[in-house]
Amino acid sequence: MGVPLHRLPWADRLWWALVFALALSPFMLILYGVLGNTLGPDPAEALMHQTGEWAIRLLVLVLAARPLARWGWPALFRYRRMLGLFMFFYTTLHLLVFAQVYVGWNPAILLEELIERPYVLVGFAGWVCLIPLAVTSTDGMRRRLRQRWRQLHQLVYGVAVLGVLHVLWLSRSDIGDAVLYGALLGGLLCWRAALVLRRRLTALR
Amino acid sequence: MPRKILDVPQIASSEITPESVWLNRRNLMKAAAAGALVNTLPTQAAAASAAKLLSYSQGQCDGCSTEEALTPVEDATSYNNFYEFGTDKSDPAEYAHAMTTDPWSVEVSGLVNKPGKLNLEDVLGGFDLEERVYRFRCVEAWSMVVPWIGFPLAELLRRFEPKADARYVAFKTLYRPEEMRGTRSFTSVIDWPYKEGLRLDEAMHPLTLMTVGLYGKTLPNQSGAPLRLIVPWKYGFKSIKSIVSIELTDRQPQTSWQELAAHEYGFFSNVNPEVDHPRWSQRYERRLPSSLFKPNRVPTQLFNGYAEQVAGLYAGMDLSKYY
Repeated sequence: MGVPLHRLPWADRLWWALVFALALSPFMLILYGVLGNTLGPDPAEALMHQTGEWAIRLLVLVLAARPLARWGWPALFRYRRMLGLFMFFYTTLHLLVFAQVYVGWNPAILLEELIERPYVLVGFAGWVCLIPLAVTSTDGMRRRLRQRWRQLHQLVYGVAVLGVLHVLWLSRSDIGDAVLYGALLGGLLCWRAALVLRRRLTALR
Repeated sequence: MPRKILDVPQIASSEITPESVWLNRRNLMKAAAAGALVNTLPTQAAAASAAKLLSYSQGQCDGCSTEEALTPVEDATSYNNFYEFGTDKSDPAEYAHAMTTDPWSVEVSGLVNKPGKLNLEDVLGGFDLEERVYRFRCVEAWSMVVPWIGFPLAELLRRFEPKADARYVAFKTLYRPEEMRGTRSFTSVIDWPYKEGLRLDEAMHPLTLMTVGLYGKTLPNQSGAPLRLIVPWKYGFKSIKSIVSIELTDRQPQTSWQELAAHEYGFFSNVNPEVDHPRWSQRYERRLPSSLFKPNRVPTQLFNGYAEQVAGLYAGMDLSKYY
């Protein structure tokens, strides 16, 4: 962190490029599907599904980075910012597809969806929470905000709660996805809560 | 009963379907016959070998045809909801080949004078088949236009002589876990078998079709082989697939989707743009095939455009209450 890419050793630059390519590959596959018209008769559904799925997978990775680093595997932690920004990227794509195919860029329809369908509202709220995180993700912003930066970026835990709620609300007859992401994100949140609690207790002593 | 032989339909579905689709299919069948694709494409190979050409006439009734463009057969048979095989749209086409559809029989029971079993041979040989081009509207806000082949459910029910106190018809789908991977999912919350129901007057309506085929051929498994219901003015989930039981009752039967979420799925589930579903706005539908830049959104019509034929069934009923 803080070291510009072109000053990093070659091996690190290569790793950076590899992780970037990996995180971008779902988008490339989606793009290939759209341009090659291989997403089936209802690309709207396929696109919503794939962009949403990758957003929540990246969220799991972002939140898992710190515990993994503590347990002796710091690799993921080094790319946390990049993965977080990719998470924002896939969430934004998810919303753009929704606007294009379901809302038809009609503000009245968007408003109706937000009011009548709680899962839309919850998903939208999650995306809104991500905006300040993405905007303040640069080193400069981090320096300027100092202690507040840390507080602001706690918002990601709220996003995780909203994300799980979104998936849970979407489940109809099979709750497999909701159980999977609920368990993963719930577990990570608990880990985080336990850590904070332990710190406070030690501080009290 | 004599079997009606096809007397030159005005438009055979094979002429409407894009030629490329048929050529593709033909190539696929050739390849399958040569054994080249048998291992890599079990679904298509099985479907191609199992599908039989049907003899049928063109449905002449009011509402039996539409001028709208047909959904290509490859889309109608690759994008399906058949949760017994998984919840992804592509799961049925991929996994439904595991279902045994021969031999097959349907049990007709309950409030009828002549309860009994109907074998598939009796169905295919015992009724005059006709082709009907219906709009098919899924509750998920997508729709297709499909040439189904079948006969009015009323004809089947009459043979079993419904009793005077029969008011409803309850249907059940085959439940055979060893052949249906979706029913083995630990996270599925459906109480199998899949159940649906109609009011008797809905079941006897001439548009209600007992369906055995589509696009000129017998139904592929993913479309509900060998025998399914099509109720064109209701959301697609009412059109129950792979039927094994038909029971006439005097009480409104419980349906699978009602059991799961009664506030989302009513017994009637008539297509209605004014009655919103908690998950999807029902004002518009994506007429498939759709694309990202041309979503092909069209306004949804009351009773899926069949109001003229069926609105009378619901005269005096508050459709937002009886959804």
